[in-house]
Amino acid sequence: MSDALSRPSRRAFLKGSAAMAAGTVAGAAAAQSGPDPLITELQDWASYTGAGVDETPYGMPISFESHVVRRNVEWLTASPISSINFTPIHALEGTITPQGCAFERHHSGAIELSKQDYRLMINGLVDRPLVFTYADIERFPRENHVYFCECAANTGMEWAGAQLNGAQFTHGMIHNMEYTGVPLRTLLKEAGADISADKWVYVEGADASSNGRSIPMEKALDDVLVAFKANGEALRMEHGYPVRLVVPGWEGNMWVKWLRRIEVVDGPVESREETSKYTDVYEDGTARKWTWVMDAKSVITSPSPQMPITHGKGPLVISGLAWSGHGQITRVDVSRDGGITWETARLGKQGDTKALTRFYLDVDWDGAPMLLQSRAMDETGYVQPTKAQLRDSRGENSVYHNNCIQTWYVNEQGIAENVEVS
Amino acid sequence: MSKSPNPLWPALGVTGIVLGAAYGLSTRGYKAQEADMALAQAQAAEARVVEQAAANEGLQAQIAAVQEEARARVAELEARPVALSLTAPAPERDGAFGLGRAAHAEELAAWDVDVLPDGRGLPEGAGDVFTGEEVFAAKCASCHGDFAEGVDNWPVLAGGFDTLADKDPVKTVGSYWPYLSTVWDYVHRSMPFGEAGTLTADETYAIVAYILYSNDLVDDEFELSSENFAEFEMYNKDGFVIDDRPDREYADWSAEPCMENCKDEVKITMRSVFLVSEPPEGGTESVMNHARDQLDSLPSFTADGPSHVAAVTQAAATTPAVQPAAVEAPEEDAGAELVAAGEKVFKKCKACHQVGQGAKNKSGPQLNNLIGRTIGSVDGFKYSNVFKAAMEEGRVWDEASLAAFLAKPKEYMKGTKMSFSGLKKEADIEAITAYLASFGEGS
Repeated sequence: MSDALSRPSRRAFLKGSAAMAAGTVAGAAAAQSGPDPLITELQDWASYTGAGVDETPYGMPISFESHVVRRNVEWLTASPISSINFTPIHALEGTITPQGCAFERHHSGAIELSKQDYRLMINGLVDRPLVFTYADIERFPRENHVYFCECAANTGMEWAGAQLNGAQFTHGMIHNMEYTGVPLRTLLKEAGADISADKWVYVEGADASSNGRSIPMEKALDDVLVAFKANGEALRMEHGYPVRLVVPGWEGNMWVKWLRRIEVVDGPVESREETSKYTDVYEDGTARKWTWVMDAKSVITSPSPQMPITHGKGPLVISGLAWSGHGQITRVDVSRDGGITWETARLGKQGDTKALTRFYLDVDWDGAPMLLQSRAMDETGYVQPTKAQLRDSRGENSVYHNNCIQTWYVNEQGIAENVEVS
Repeated sequence: MSKSPNPLWPALGVTGIVLGAAYGLSTRGYKAQEADMALAQAQAAEARVVEQAAANEGLQAQIAAVQEEARARVAELEARPVALSLTAPAPERDGAFGLGRAAHAEELAAWDVDVLPDGRGLPEGAGDVFTGEEVFAAKCASCHGDFAEGVDNWPVLAGGFDTLADKDPVKTVGSYWPYLSTVWDYVHRSMPFGEAGTLTADETYAIVAYILYSNDLVDDEFELSSENFAEFEMYNKDGFVIDDRPDREYADWSAEPCMENCKDEVKITMRSVFLVSEPPEGGTESVMNHARDQLDSLPSFTADGPSHVAAVTQAAATTPAVQPAAVEAPEEDAGAELVAAGEKVFKKCKACHQVGQGAKNKSGPQLNNLIGRTIGSVDGFKYSNVFKAAMEEGRVWDEASLAAFLAKPKEYMKGTKMSFSGLKKEADIEAITAYLASFGEGS
């Protein structure tokens, strides 16, 4: 316990103990000295019958994956009711986040609001103030889009240096889902809204915090969705069931959950969440507001502190995620030496606009220590900055919008740690 | 429209060059002895021009025919959308879909309560600092402190002036919030935590007046009202600029990035402060990383690779195998339904109280083993005087006393810090008592 890096991960331990339990020597398959009893001996699962259909009408991950869950860090906030937890991005692959492990952020807790009790009001500078039921929403033409939702505070602790040891905790305030919803412009036009460019749309939730945000009309008419499904199924309670707002590429706080009211106004409301929170102070004491877009960012999810290299030298998949609120990810570079040399990574597939893109660098690891970094570029040509560049630009008093290049130190044992480098 | 290459265009280009050459020859001046020859050549060229023109007409006709065919082909393809992508944005209508219904005036009045920076949206009313202090003590102080100084991790509302340019600025209502409308609107709609939407307009004016007073922004005679609201200017009203990343950063950060020899040497300057472990029951446990100061043993990096392999102590520390605790099957007795109902009622209390395994003191004490427990006896919780007195008297929570307290907290325990106004339904009290009793000793 004296050295952080000598501490085997729980995952590595479980893997080892499972192998021991099976009566084999823990180690890579290549090190197997004799015939593997998992193959030569008849195993229970190959002889007895398994679970019948309907044993779990709504399936949960198999018990071996029970550690892949959202986790919070209790001391970060005063109460779990007004708090946040983190998506286990280190243990996920591809780009879609399953709803059950997608991070939660509530201001007054997640509420149980049924479709029957759901009402959506649209009022303000409109010809016809309207009230919709849930059933009404489902009768408007709908669209499907994959978008990431990132809390503006994601990586916020890291402004103060390397803090929490794990990609889940440094970068896990993000999820990426396929949403089904009605374009907000459709509802605005339904009510005969004044959609001139100097107007704003104020949106608020039905929960006790009634979290409200002001959105300029240009964005409201562009790609904002009034969504009622995610990844093909109903939204989860914790993500705003039955209806939430999806504001692609913009900070998660604007994605109002349990959406109950849309008001067309002649200026921003300047609510708590857009003045006292979600603003950042520069070194001279002035603060920035309306920092809506989430700039291009990336992180290597494996290897990472929760995902050490357990297989020794040889073929290694370096896997990570990149995203940009300005559009598509066009390129990701990976460095293994702390930013001296960069190699262009392979994109898992061409990224959707304002959605997570998976990248890979497939290498032969020689067993030497590495300083792993990734650097995303988006369709505007923007290059993800270093932490030093961000601090030079904004000072050190920011809380939000930290999209710095992250560094993992991987030692010769394959154990990774969150570090900051020169 | 047609994107298919037309093979006839190069031929037409050659014709054009020939025509141009012939024209040039026919107009340029030459010496006398060469004139006849030139004339003959010109005549021959002219004859060729006529010939070429005739051929050219033939080409033009062919081009027109091919282009026509191409246009027809494109039109045919466009008429068969199956050959193209079928995706399309959701259709819109010029008029409305006719869905939804008109909102009633009462509905608009109930939900459209936000307040704009110029004060539009404020209801009539007033409240002074003195009243505000009382309301604040009863409804806000359990989290925000009697002087708006904040309890535990709950927000500090007062002070912090002239700290915004410091490291770790203290951002309070007084030092940071640019608009008074934001305070009024937030308090009125979203506070108190756990009982949002219950404050009257006058109570809200009074609380806001008290918050201003606690920030030394008004004197103790001050009354805030719908009349003088718009006149009040906040301390930090000019403290904000609109997102300037496009000018400040985007241009500078959009150059082609360096790929090789980007730095001479890279050193690790900081190690993770907190190590985080992941208990099987969920959540995290984080401890300080005691190795975080050990930077010298770690390698530095150059283009040649790491300087050395760190001397890592083989502590071989393993996390003990922790199996997920067996989930005890809930007893399906007659009270189970009541307990379940009580769990729902307990949502009203969760903002401040925890109960169950690992319950800790929050704004309110933890509630395990509540029935039968001496009033005001939880270790480490700072009770109000009325609870301290009850403890000294040895009073004990039983179902009757709990019911009386939950019905009217402030009457039963005069001076309690608990901001909850009470449970109105007897069924709720019965249910929550059953629920809390299920976390009793031996349960």
